[in-house]
Amino acid sequence: MPPPTDRTWLWFAAACYLVGAVLGLVALLRERRHSRAAMYLILASGFTFQTFGLYLRGLAVGGCPLGNTFELVQFTAWSAATLYLCVGAAFRLSLLGFGTAALAAGLTVVSLLMPSWDAALRKNIFGGNAWIEFHAALALFSYGVFGLLCLVALMYWLRDYGLKRKLLGGVFGLLPSIRDLDHISLRLLATGVTLLAGSLAVGSVWWLREPASVHLPKLLATVSVFAAYTLALILRLRGILVGRRLALACAGLFVAALLSIVPVDASRQAAPASPETAAP
Amino acid sequence: MSSPGPLLFHVGASHQRAPLELREKIALPPERAAALHERLAASGLAELALLNTCNRVEFYGVAATPADIEALDAAFCAVTGLSADAYAGIRAHAAGPDAIRHLASVAAGLESQLLGENEIFGQVKDAYASAQASGRVGPVLNRVFQKAFQAAKHVRTHTAISEGQVSVANVAVELALTIFGDLESSRVLLLGAGDIGEKTAKAFKSRGARALTVASRTPERALALARTLDATALPFEHFSRHLGDYDILVSATSAPGSIVHASDIAASRAKRRGAPLLLLDLALPRDIDAEAAHQENVYLYNLDDLAQIAARNLAAREAEVARARALIAEKADAIWQQIVSRHGA
Repeated sequence: MPPPTDRTWLWFAAACYLVGAVLGLVALLRERRHSRAAMYLILASGFTFQTFGLYLRGLAVGGCPLGNTFELVQFTAWSAATLYLCVGAAFRLSLLGFGTAALAAGLTVVSLLMPSWDAALRKNIFGGNAWIEFHAALALFSYGVFGLLCLVALMYWLRDYGLKRKLLGGVFGLLPSIRDLDHISLRLLATGVTLLAGSLAVGSVWWLREPASVHLPKLLATVSVFAAYTLALILRLRGILVGRRLALACAGLFVAALLSIVPVDASRQAAPASPETAAP
Repeated sequence: MSSPGPLLFHVGASHQRAPLELREKIALPPERAAALHERLAASGLAELALLNTCNRVEFYGVAATPADIEALDAAFCAVTGLSADAYAGIRAHAAGPDAIRHLASVAAGLESQLLGENEIFGQVKDAYASAQASGRVGPVLNRVFQKAFQAAKHVRTHTAISEGQVSVANVAVELALTIFGDLESSRVLLLGAGDIGEKTAKAFKSRGARALTVASRTPERALALARTLDATALPFEHFSRHLGDYDILVSATSAPGSIVHASDIAASRAKRRGAPLLLLDLALPRDIDAEAAHQENVYLYNLDDLAQIAARNLAAREAEVARARALIAEKADAIWQQIVSRHGA
């Protein structure tokens, strides 16, 4: 029997995330809180499998596996799981575990079911340049943070909807307080913007050296995502974009951030593989 | 047919049969209770515990013969001045496993006026501790009370009999917690120094609210209530200027119309930089302009809203009564079997 491939491990990871999502959903439908310890264990198992799968893929492509849409989406899911495992417990939001499992399951399963996303296996796309690799990984990690922010924003929206309509029982009773959700949203938004700013700072050094090396659609997409999140953060801090509108903005921006992966990936197909063209 | 085991009994009266006027009459303050115990000194009551709350006066005991229970009834009527006929009309009695079932139901809050309330559990514990301290409980009542506490705890944990708040003041506090998480860092402004406002403010205080401010159209009443609540008083005419300083506004004045306008709330929001604001309108007619509810991050609840939430919570508790009683019956039977096997007839 041939040894398991990187995709096999990534399927194991997707299965774990899916189990977490289903358990969370069942608990939610029964209007009960799921066990946070069990959810943490399930997510940690998925994270371990996914880390190993991405490690094997990294060995195969000779660098951080960010060479096609499949790898970008997998890395985003991995970032969200990593963040939850590192800081999720501190947030004391039991539903965040379910949300992370659902997000990671959605992203990993869809990416595994789309063969075209993984058709081109690009090797050594960073040309051994660790800074470009760091820039790309940091950018994708910030997308993982924005993924968690999107989940918290959806919880906020639900909580606000319930409070405005005087619905406090059932699923609404399982949600954290509005103030807790607001504080966590702000922290995640600030963290995501900082990470993406760091990524862009590293990338811009390379771009200033060789402006022609960076594909314009990719540059526009990335800078637009950064500008939009930064604007949301500024407006939030000034008390202009708050509450339900901030929640909807964060959810919408994450969808836009995911869609921005398309022009980023397309830029690689348009340009020859070189260290300069590789970064997301 | 008499059941095997000791003659364990419960006898007494509660809100279920005795109206308030009679409950006032049968209350047993310490001096009356002492007089009752004196009268019973020569009786054959081996063990006796008295549960005396505003809603019930009940005895749990172990008698040598049924005549000892009759002696207890007579002594009770003598110290309270209640006629035997009047007492017979409100008297409840149970023996053996039924007495255990009743005690566990009382401790679980199933017999309370406010179904599922928690206070009664502590009152039963106090009654047991008091009987223990005066040496009136023996092996049977020790086991009965301890096991009844376990059964009551089990019922409270495994059913929804105590879930959700069922009083307007506590629902208001629960609501604040769903918005602010904790009340320690939340600032509360109370408009009006009437009864409902005071009750609500006390409920907030008991759940950790530290920064309380009272404003009333009668400054003396505001100052008096502020002193009672360890709060600060604010001149009523200045409250709208300071709305932005508060997270929770409880309005319970007797003003004939709105005193908090949507424009006041909108103006205060700028100062609050989008932080959530809970408006609790406990007045009739309403104090707060209903239009304020449409503003971002502003949550307005009036008396009807809170009453509906309380009613929903109560209905949820009522739906659990049958399950809770079945659990208690099962536990009571098991406790009784243990008593019979250990203490016999």
